[in-house]
Amino acid sequence: MLVHLTIQGIEVAVEQGSTVLEAALKAGIRVPTLCYHPDLKPFGSCGLCICKQEGSAKIIRACATPVAEGMRIITHDNELYEVRKTILELIMSTHPASCLTCVRNNKCELQKLCVEYGIREQPFETRIKELPKDKSTKAIVLDPSKCIKCGRCVQVCQSLQGVYALEFIGRGDSTQMCPAAALPLNDSPCIKCGQCATHCPVGAIYELDEGGVFLHEAAASEKVVAVQIAPAVRVALGEEFGFKPGELTTGKIYTALRRLGADYVFDTNFGADMTIMEEGSELVKRVKENGVLPQLTSCCPGWIDYVTKYYPDLIENLSSAKSPMMMQGAITKTYWAEKMNIDPAKVYSVAIMPCTAKKTEIHRDEHMRSSGYDDVDLVLTTRELARIIRQYGIDFAALPESEADSPIGEYSGAATIFGVTGGVMEAAVRTAYNLISGKELSDPDIMTVRGNGEFRHGAIDVDGKATLRFGVVHGMGNAKQLLDEIRAAKQKGERAPYEFIEIMACRGGCIAGGGQPLGTDDEVRSKRTSGSYTDDKKAKIRCSHQNPSVIKAYEEFFGQPLSEKAHHLLHTEYKEVPVYKN
Amino acid sequence: MSQNLFSDDLLSFIDEWKDKPGNLIMVLHRVQSEVGYISREAADEVSRLLDVPLATIWGVVTFYHFFKLTKPGKYNIQVCLGTACYLKGGDIIVEELEKLKGLKVDSLTEDGLFSLQAVRCVGCCGLAPVMTIGGEVFGKVSKDQIPGILDKFS
Repeated sequence: MLVHLTIQGIEVAVEQGSTVLEAALKAGIRVPTLCYHPDLKPFGSCGLCICKQEGSAKIIRACATPVAEGMRIITHDNELYEVRKTILELIMSTHPASCLTCVRNNKCELQKLCVEYGIREQPFETRIKELPKDKSTKAIVLDPSKCIKCGRCVQVCQSLQGVYALEFIGRGDSTQMCPAAALPLNDSPCIKCGQCATHCPVGAIYELDEGGVFLHEAAASEKVVAVQIAPAVRVALGEEFGFKPGELTTGKIYTALRRLGADYVFDTNFGADMTIMEEGSELVKRVKENGVLPQLTSCCPGWIDYVTKYYPDLIENLSSAKSPMMMQGAITKTYWAEKMNIDPAKVYSVAIMPCTAKKTEIHRDEHMRSSGYDDVDLVLTTRELARIIRQYGIDFAALPESEADSPIGEYSGAATIFGVTGGVMEAAVRTAYNLISGKELSDPDIMTVRGNGEFRHGAIDVDGKATLRFGVVHGMGNAKQLLDEIRAAKQKGERAPYEFIEIMACRGGCIAGGGQPLGTDDEVRSKRTSGSYTDDKKAKIRCSHQNPSVIKAYEEFFGQPLSEKAHHLLHTEYKEVPVYKN
Repeated sequence: MSQNLFSDDLLSFIDEWKDKPGNLIMVLHRVQSEVGYISREAADEVSRLLDVPLATIWGVVTFYHFFKLTKPGKYNIQVCLGTACYLKGGDIIVEELEKLKGLKVDSLTEDGLFSLQAVRCVGCCGLAPVMTIGGEVFGKVSKDQIPGILDKFS
């Protein structure tokens, strides 16, 4: 049902249950906000979205007020301007004005509002607490001195992700955003997904910046720098340089990396195709041999962190296949180095990822050194790559396109949708169909697994020979129900009614990962998703098992999926991790 | 672990309240009255028994002044710094305790005998300034009475 109201005299009709803030947006009026985020429930902590309602003396918060028929809302007048200005001045009285040296300079929501409201002076006494930064995770940095207590990170961590690593402690003036029990973040349940960082409106939470490490290593002449880029990077990096979300800039990224000093540019999508070969074969084996089912995907390091902490009894359900990034790293330092006659000790393996958790994955355990060296030496997020591209004065938009280096740069359409929720499932189904039936799908688009429902499930008929019951979850907080179902069945000696389940920690999948360009909401997610499907659609080869470079890698090096060599280099094992390390 | 940390009484209380809304503060009250404060071990145990994240417990415990995160002394001293007591010299009692025992607000003497809390009103403003030790109230306290009062507790 539509509700009619006016915003600043402009008539607007919105769905019942919408907020005044959403109605204002529809009327083309932007009400300032700091704590509001479309991913989250209204929190109402900043007070910037205050508005007036004609005929009422009460001041309302636009973010938390549902619309009502006939409302006449004033969003902007001189009095509201003054109140908002005072709120900003009060925030600035406890916020360090160190904008020039802040990671969020030019991208800070508080800074933008201060510019908009013409904050030129500080009328209030400043009381800025010097609190130590938390760099314990080697992926995410907490700088509580800059926190404006908007509550987004806490809501993201608790409601969206269900992780409960962050919480507010204390009260009033001494309230502080803090890891559980005031532990170092690394000892808390944090899964390093980085969603707190992408949702923080200021510079209080951000990725550990290692762009400088890359430039330093790339300049070292004795190193052979081999870089891989993840599927989700190509649909998002462009946003940092004026492209629309979802616009594919793959060829430009390859060129940019070469200009930044990469000797070889590979594609994590090759690793994704290898992952499907291994993970798909593992699934077929488990089904045929009555192994532990449902099989759970293992590509997402945030999810792996979560399951090994909160559901250690489901570790046996995890696919032993490494993530595409780790496979690509191991292959680079073995198969490729051997083929190229390059000493793997000299290879510096770098991965460009949409994800902060990938920074910790490379040090997870001894399996991440399966080549005898660190399989991946360094992970940079999409945001860090954008930063060093700018530092090098590269006009990204004007870059010519180039190709990835062969033979471990070629990829199928199935690989490039890995970054989208449901993508790993779809890619796996395309290959599992072939493994089970010996035939090829006439239409590789598996529409039943696509969409943005938080928990999607169904069944796919595999040529009348088998039924694959699947489950797809995105957003860590949405996994609990399904995981509890699997656990409950297990405790009764039964098994949950699924064969294969894909779980990605971030809402929308890796395309909206914690290392992606800021300003991600469902609209941006949907555009990046379309970009991934476009890349898949235009690919000549749509299935991982048809990728000629993959076939060659098995012929020349690995033998076959799940071979001993594959097990050593492309598979791993997981251990239970305590939820609280101290 | 729970057998040592919490009494059977407390465990059955937690069990009774396990599924009731608003149980966390009730349980934490009982834990503090039994253990004396909310230790990390106690918080972990409550987290496990009620299936409430540690982060939430820490949020609650640090929000309410009533809950203590540090072990109290054998005798807990409360000095009132409410309006009446403050005007009558409550702060002088605090200073004197630091001078005599090296005791600061929210800390413990080295021998573990005394801990000190600053509180806002204990409900007998007519006796200002007021301090309580282990529940016993001392009114109209002057600086030179303090050593004598402390001597009663050992």
